[in-house]
Amino acid sequence: MQSPQSIKSIQAGLLDGSLKMETRVDNHLASIKKSEDLNIYIEVFEEEIRKAAEELQEKINTHPDKLGKLFGVVFSIKDVLCYKDHKVTAASKILDGFESQFTATAIQRILDEDGLIIGRTNCDEFAMGSSNENSVYGACKNGHGDNRVPGGSSGGAAVSVQMHTCDVALGTDTGGSVRQPAAFCGVVGMKPTYGRISRYGLIAYASSFDQLGLLGHHTEDIATVLEVVSGKDSFDATSSNTPVDKYADLQAIENKKFAYFNEVVNHPKLNENIKSSTFDLFGKLKEKGHTVDDVEFEYLDYLVPTYYVLTTAEASSNLSRYDGVRYGHRSKEIKSFNDFYHKTRTEGFGLEVKRRIMLGTFVLSSGYYDAYYSKAQKVRNKISKAITKMLEEYDYIIMPTTTDIAWEIGAFDKDPVSVYLSDVFTVLANLCGLPAVSVPLGKDANGHSYGIQLISSKYNEAKLLNAAFSFQNIT
Amino acid sequence: MEINEELILKLEKLSRLNLSQEDRTVIKDDLKSILNMIDKLQEVDTENVEPLIYLNQEKYEWRPDEVSNELPRRDALKNAPAANEEYFSVPKVLNI
Repeated sequence: MQSPQSIKSIQAGLLDGSLKMETRVDNHLASIKKSEDLNIYIEVFEEEIRKAAEELQEKINTHPDKLGKLFGVVFSIKDVLCYKDHKVTAASKILDGFESQFTATAIQRILDEDGLIIGRTNCDEFAMGSSNENSVYGACKNGHGDNRVPGGSSGGAAVSVQMHTCDVALGTDTGGSVRQPAAFCGVVGMKPTYGRISRYGLIAYASSFDQLGLLGHHTEDIATVLEVVSGKDSFDATSSNTPVDKYADLQAIENKKFAYFNEVVNHPKLNENIKSSTFDLFGKLKEKGHTVDDVEFEYLDYLVPTYYVLTTAEASSNLSRYDGVRYGHRSKEIKSFNDFYHKTRTEGFGLEVKRRIMLGTFVLSSGYYDAYYSKAQKVRNKISKAITKMLEEYDYIIMPTTTDIAWEIGAFDKDPVSVYLSDVFTVLANLCGLPAVSVPLGKDANGHSYGIQLISSKYNEAKLLNAAFSFQNIT
Repeated sequence: MEINEELILKLEKLSRLNLSQEDRTVIKDDLKSILNMIDKLQEVDTENVEPLIYLNQEKYEWRPDEVSNELPRRDALKNAPAANEEYFSVPKVLNI
């Protein structure tokens, strides 16, 4: 497979005529056809994108001065993002047939800058999962080819980039759902600061954790797109009014301070290849004049428990809206008032979603609220304070994105806790609302990809992307 | 803390779910192991620690309270499982 072009070279090619928009779209659609068995897309907007490509080519020919910043860039969108007059289901039966009444702000900003949308990608139901196996459409598979998960929940998004079916994928990251699949599929995945990108038009899972994220082949591309989709939005009160930096002006980093945790790099579940690549990288960073320090962090074992208490609580509340009254699935077997809700929801939600709603309901229920929900919010505060303090002294926290490579489909069907615990390295950024990026670090002897993760302080996306950019040349 | 059938039934009722016996057993066992995991939080000293609730601590910006029609009625009704021209419809559930 030829190496993928960056946005910059795509746009240069379109302007000098060596690339044609119709051909680009043909190639992407052909890649989708070729990888149909991977179950990447829930729906491909084939006719629509062909038409958009034709119109854009016309604009390139006649009004090259009026082209938007993302002209010619082909995006996939995760099936939790609303796009007016297109279906969106969160990979759930409960939203079967639902059609968006408005467009998510991030998608609107892409369209306004002449980006094109090729289709909506598979994911875990309501973004709840780490493997893209919990989808009503069936599991999405890793393009590596030996029946492995792509990671999740934005699994389809990661494979859509991996298999060259689009240039950049729009995903969402509540506890690692962009970074972990990026690591498993050998692509770059970034989750910006909480509130950096508007969540308007994103189907809510856990509102104080959810953030849109981007997946692509090149850090430069992610920087270019992030600049467009970030910024205040009057439709999302939690979106930040902090000015958006010029992320795309990437600079190589010099003389930076990296913090790592001994408990992470010596984690009992850490894959040996990942461990040795991580230490190799630390060595290279030191050679280049950076500082890499082992820093004390006492909360590693509390990250996943805090994350699951709070996200399930928020989910149980957010998902109460699926009642069969105004939209979505409604049971046909209704004989009483209680049947209406109970049967509708029981038929509509999959097992993992039910499990999380039940757990969330438990931690919020009378008698347990203080012991679990309120307790977890306090622990979150301690974690956040400790990390904020660390990032006053260090530029980045560095650690592997995952403990292991992608597992075989079905391997953890009967063991949800093991899957939850596998999120241990990614949930930290969401607990603290911090930006984080996963960059490909290496492959094992069988070609399975893994990634290295960087976290920086709030709204320091530029600094984070500069490091990711520099890593592309080191790793 | 004991996770028994009674607690599961109570949570189903609060969650407006009605699990099959098979799912109920699966979820009961899973909740046991999940609670075992999250009970670890009790080890952390949180005396005098405030809960972290809002991630974005920026000052809220007020906007004028102006009427706007973001979602026309026709669009709002378009995904309804049942509706007439003006309202969502639900089956009769009360016996008056």
